[in-house]
Amino acid sequence: MAKKQYAFYPGCSSQKKASADNFLRSIDVVCEKLDIQLNEIPDWNCCGASIGYAEGGELPRLVLSARNLALAETHYAGQDMVSVCPACWLASRETAERLHENGALFAEANEALKEAGLQFKGEVKARHFVEVLIEDIGWERMKEAVVRPLEGLKFAGYVGCQTNRPFGIAGESFENPKYLDKMIETVGAEAVKYDQKVTCCGGALAFSEPDKAQKQIRDIVESAYDHGADMIVTPCQLCQANVEIYQSEINKKQGTNFQMPVVYYSQLMTIAYGGTAEQAGLDGQLIRAEKLEKLASK
Amino acid sequence: MTTANQQALAKYKNDFLKEVEANVEEGHWVRMCMQCGVCAGSCPLGPHWEHSPQKIFMMIRAGKREEVLTSDSMWMCTSCYNCIVRCPRKLPITHIMHGLANYAHRLGLAPKGQPTREIAKLFWNNLIKTGRVNELKFSLAMYFKDGFSQGVKNALAMQSIGLGLMKAKRLNPFEILGGHRCKDAAGIQKMIAKAREIEDRKKGFA
Repeated sequence: MAKKQYAFYPGCSSQKKASADNFLRSIDVVCEKLDIQLNEIPDWNCCGASIGYAEGGELPRLVLSARNLALAETHYAGQDMVSVCPACWLASRETAERLHENGALFAEANEALKEAGLQFKGEVKARHFVEVLIEDIGWERMKEAVVRPLEGLKFAGYVGCQTNRPFGIAGESFENPKYLDKMIETVGAEAVKYDQKVTCCGGALAFSEPDKAQKQIRDIVESAYDHGADMIVTPCQLCQANVEIYQSEINKKQGTNFQMPVVYYSQLMTIAYGGTAEQAGLDGQLIRAEKLEKLASK
Repeated sequence: MTTANQQALAKYKNDFLKEVEANVEEGHWVRMCMQCGVCAGSCPLGPHWEHSPQKIFMMIRAGKREEVLTSDSMWMCTSCYNCIVRCPRKLPITHIMHGLANYAHRLGLAPKGQPTREIAKLFWNNLIKTGRVNELKFSLAMYFKDGFSQGVKNALAMQSIGLGLMKAKRLNPFEILGGHRCKDAAGIQKMIAKAREIEDRKKGFA
């Protein structure tokens, strides 16, 4: 079968040896197994993330994403632009929609883009990798590729914020999206019911307001434990980093004993599709996902 | 007081709503708020701010310019977008909060030393240097934002996490020597400068 092709916007955290290096390794395996080809956009830049607004304002922040969209249109005309990072996706999609709706903003963005020798036509669609899996590949093929079902493992599907709001995945509710649970079940594992599926991890405020963010993180991890999860699984790099990294801080400050692995959906898929722990990037966990590693070695 | 602030005061006199509509990102939505309070009940950092978005919108309409622009409420936004998806009037509340924070920051009225304001500045300056975020330099800049000795303390407190990330190949010590960057960093800087020039002209910061 011919591979489905996309203009790929990896984003800063997915670069080699950056904070979600292991995430991208598992995405590569998923793509290989499901005949997806991601064509990296040459010289892509940062999207400004969720705190770019303070110094970047409106237009400077929007042109960052407009440059990526313009590069995608130039180098991979006709292909959708795909991100694996919710913040990258949100910024790109927001920019594409805002510039589409507002002619003045569109003209101003292009005036700025000219300085970088580029032009945004407003044709490319910004999509999330999860949309590609669900809408273009489909549940059936995702399931067919499973050779090693993750039987007996219980996951708390943690969707978080930006994969879910303000855009979300078509047909899903903002308050109780079901696709991540369905992904967990598709690879043969159990999705536990718990009440913190779409709770905010604190986002970028984990840096500036650590106590407030750690309160959020504590709620999420505690609820996953209370409902019998072996691990938390998420589609978001910042959710993964915040919820995994700060458990040791919370343990230190609040006397808890958290040791809950936090993995990506693509790591589950990689193991279920027959990949090794290393291919799944499980060596990149601060809190080792031992049950998943054990299953991978069978 | 900054010149931009003086000019805004002179231009809009006591009509703060008009000023917000003209100069704040998505500010034209403010008058659509019907004061239901769903945003206030939806914010994860609700217990930590003085003014909910609902209150901020009413304060704008009541002309409470200084209280709004010096409030730290907007700086508590985690960008979770709960308020946006729940607002029955479909106000883009998250963007308005971001817009107000940026406006207060540019006028020099935002609270001094507000931690999210400080790290947001560091983040932006980090990313426009090369076009991509250098996670190591950004982390170090955050630790050392309150001076050298506090920086050493912060770095030591986070040492085990930093080492863990390096071991997991998720933090590269060699990023300090430059690291990932865009080839056309110069073009990106020119593009940003142009965008800023247009925005400053439009919003009265110039």
